[in-house]
Amino acid sequence: MSNNTAHGEPELVQLLTPDGELRDHPDYPLEISTEEIRGLYRDLVLVRRVDTEAVALQRQGELGLWASLLGQEAAQIGSARALRPQDMAFPSYREHGVAWARGVAPKELLGLFRGVTNGGWDPAQYGLHLYTIVIGSQTLHATGYAMGIQRDGATGEDGSAVVAYFGDGASSQGDTSEAFTFAAVNNAPVVFFCQNNQWAISEPPDRQMRVPLYRRAAGFGFPGVRIDGNDVLASLAVTRKAMQQAREGQGPMLIEAFTYRMGAHTTNDDPTRYRVPAELEEWKAKDPILRLRAHMQAQGIAGDDFFTEVESEADRLGEQLRAECRSLPDPAPLDIFHEVYAEPNTQIDLQRAEFADYLASFEDAGAEGGR
Amino acid sequence: MSVNLTIGKAINAGLRRAMESDPKVLVMGEDVGRLGGVFRVTDQLHKDFGADRVIDTPLAESGIVGTAIGLALRGYRPVCEIQFDGFFFPATNQTFSQLAKMRRRSAGALSVPVVLRIPYGGGIGAVEHHSESPEAYFAHTAGLRVVTVANAVDAYWMIQQAITSPDPVVFFEPKRRYYDKAEVDTDASPDSAAAMGSARIARQGSDLTLLAYGPMVKTALQAAEAETERSIEVVDLRSLAPVDYATVEESVRRTGRLVIAHEAPVTGGIGGEVAARITESCFYHLESPVIRVGAFDTPYPQSRLEEHYLPDLDRILDGVDRAFTY
Ligand SMILES: Cc1ncc(C[n+]2csc(CCOP(=O)(O)OP(=O)(O)O)c2C)c(N)n1
Ligand SMILES: [Mg+2]
Repeated sequence: MSNNTAHGEPELVQLLTPDGELRDHPDYPLEISTEEIRGLYRDLVLVRRVDTEAVALQRQGELGLWASLLGQEAAQIGSARALRPQDMAFPSYREHGVAWARGVAPKELLGLFRGVTNGGWDPAQYGLHLYTIVIGSQTLHATGYAMGIQRDGATGEDGSAVVAYFGDGASSQGDTSEAFTFAAVNNAPVVFFCQNNQWAISEPPDRQMRVPLYRRAAGFGFPGVRIDGNDVLASLAVTRKAMQQAREGQGPMLIEAFTYRMGAHTTNDDPTRYRVPAELEEWKAKDPILRLRAHMQAQGIAGDDFFTEVESEADRLGEQLRAECRSLPDPAPLDIFHEVYAEPNTQIDLQRAEFADYLASFEDAGAEGGR
Repeated sequence: MSVNLTIGKAINAGLRRAMESDPKVLVMGEDVGRLGGVFRVTDQLHKDFGADRVIDTPLAESGIVGTAIGLALRGYRPVCEIQFDGFFFPATNQTFSQLAKMRRRSAGALSVPVVLRIPYGGGIGAVEHHSESPEAYFAHTAGLRVVTVANAVDAYWMIQQAITSPDPVVFFEPKRRYYDKAEVDTDASPDSAAAMGSARIARQGSDLTLLAYGPMVKTALQAAEAETERSIEVVDLRSLAPVDYATVEESVRRTGRLVIAHEAPVTGGIGGEVAARITESCFYHLESPVIRVGAFDTPYPQSRLEEHYLPDLDRILDGVDRAFTY
């Protein structure tokens, strides 16, 4: 069989075919227990449920917005499960699967999209930096963080490395190219993980690039590889190896996870304006969850009991999220002035005092019957 | 022909008319093509004018503004859409150090008639970076003209005036007002439209001048209506750089009081600059200090707090009350 696709591109690294068949790859051998496979399946199903619930909560007016990860579960879960606790991940804004795998409770994400926080979790606690909305910015933060790890001497076989998540659209930002340059010249322990989900809002990849993204890495002087982003095992195996190489001083690597944004860009978006339904149908056949389930069933890795139990766990999770979302406390008006500076600030103090007086004037007026 | 248009549709109609009358006019930005922009302001232009004139750019704001400069140097008139206020900042070098300074650098030989359209301001319940009011940075930068609109009529005419301007124009669009409607005579002669640099008396009054621009004009008008005891004049500034001081001064000399309201933080804002200038030029006519009503010196907050952060009718009336305590 030819090693090239119809477009003359090398095939993507794939360990699990859409039909659920396991394939060996010479460069990315994967040792994985059946227990781990069941864990990956559970992750995939549960993050998809988080996503479905969040979309529904947005529709009900409980969230201002949601950016769906539908279709990208395998890219995210596989890569994030390849990380160690001491590693650091820098996400964009759609990495709910990564957040899940790093232990950030989904309600923290709901809080951001509901508008009660701008993120708010402690990155050090989870090894997950905050969501970053301005496209591409976090690739430089990740690179700088990796340079810090180098300077701390925290690399080595048991050391730390960094992964930066970004999208196909983000690959066009100057920041992203600068991150590649800084990572390359510093040989920084950072893995660039691009989820090429075929869309940047309404723009397809041909508006961002003329060569497949992974090939760009060569020009910067580090390896790049394209993986089947809907294959959780490929994502796990390739990220694991890339992170290990980074830890051991072999420098950065670019992983392009070829995947698909099955949903709208966000709940504000209407993809019928720019893409044809047939495309979605084509990708449905490559669904990341179905193929893992097919594999598990064929290999007897799990039986019906297991799948039923994961399903009811997802139901319980959904119920919990709905309740948690509705009971997220709104911030108080004077919270506007919090966390602007570390030290007391006369200007902020003055404005806070003025605003407190202003608010109090309504309470007084209310007592007197209003203006 | 008089048509009822939203602000968004009026800008769209203005863009269309500019593209029809000058083949050098280009529209460029993220998602401005088939999608018609995330606010649909460029709706149908891609279909009608083609991908050479309505360009879905790579996702890079520095690239958008930088290549627009190059296109302008080659004789084109690019109208760039920056998707949201908070996403302008990757383009700061190209805008502040290149676009704004090209005329001086070339001793007047070069013109770079680029328009940057920026939907701005809050009140739409959005996540971070989608609600900011960065106009003061632009007004602070010599070489840029900075304008904003508050109604569909101005939207229709001012976008065309911005495009024909030989200078770079930053055109701020009040995103939470995109759907506000007005009758627009789209066949009228361009000569009938008010000049882009002029302020407009939006409501006549005699006791106090309330100055606002962009999204706050509507709030200011509502505040003026709600204020029953005093007669409030509302001035819509429209041009933030340069400011039409003649109109503002004429109003303040009649009313003796000035309150300036904007969504942007007060510190270093347009309001402070206008206040200083008016205090100097109208000192003997003023019955009270100029009062500013604006946002706090904090980051734009998470959306559940924005109703407290954004100046509203009550905050404006509080400012009005303060002006009458002197
Ligand atoms: C600097 C900047 N410009 C524009 C935007 C608006 N925006 C948000 S997401 C997006 C598309 C991103 O596409 P991609 O990088 O492929 O990520 P995806 O949304 O597909 O996950 C755009 C243009 C932004 N967030 N930041
Ligand atoms: Mg994408």
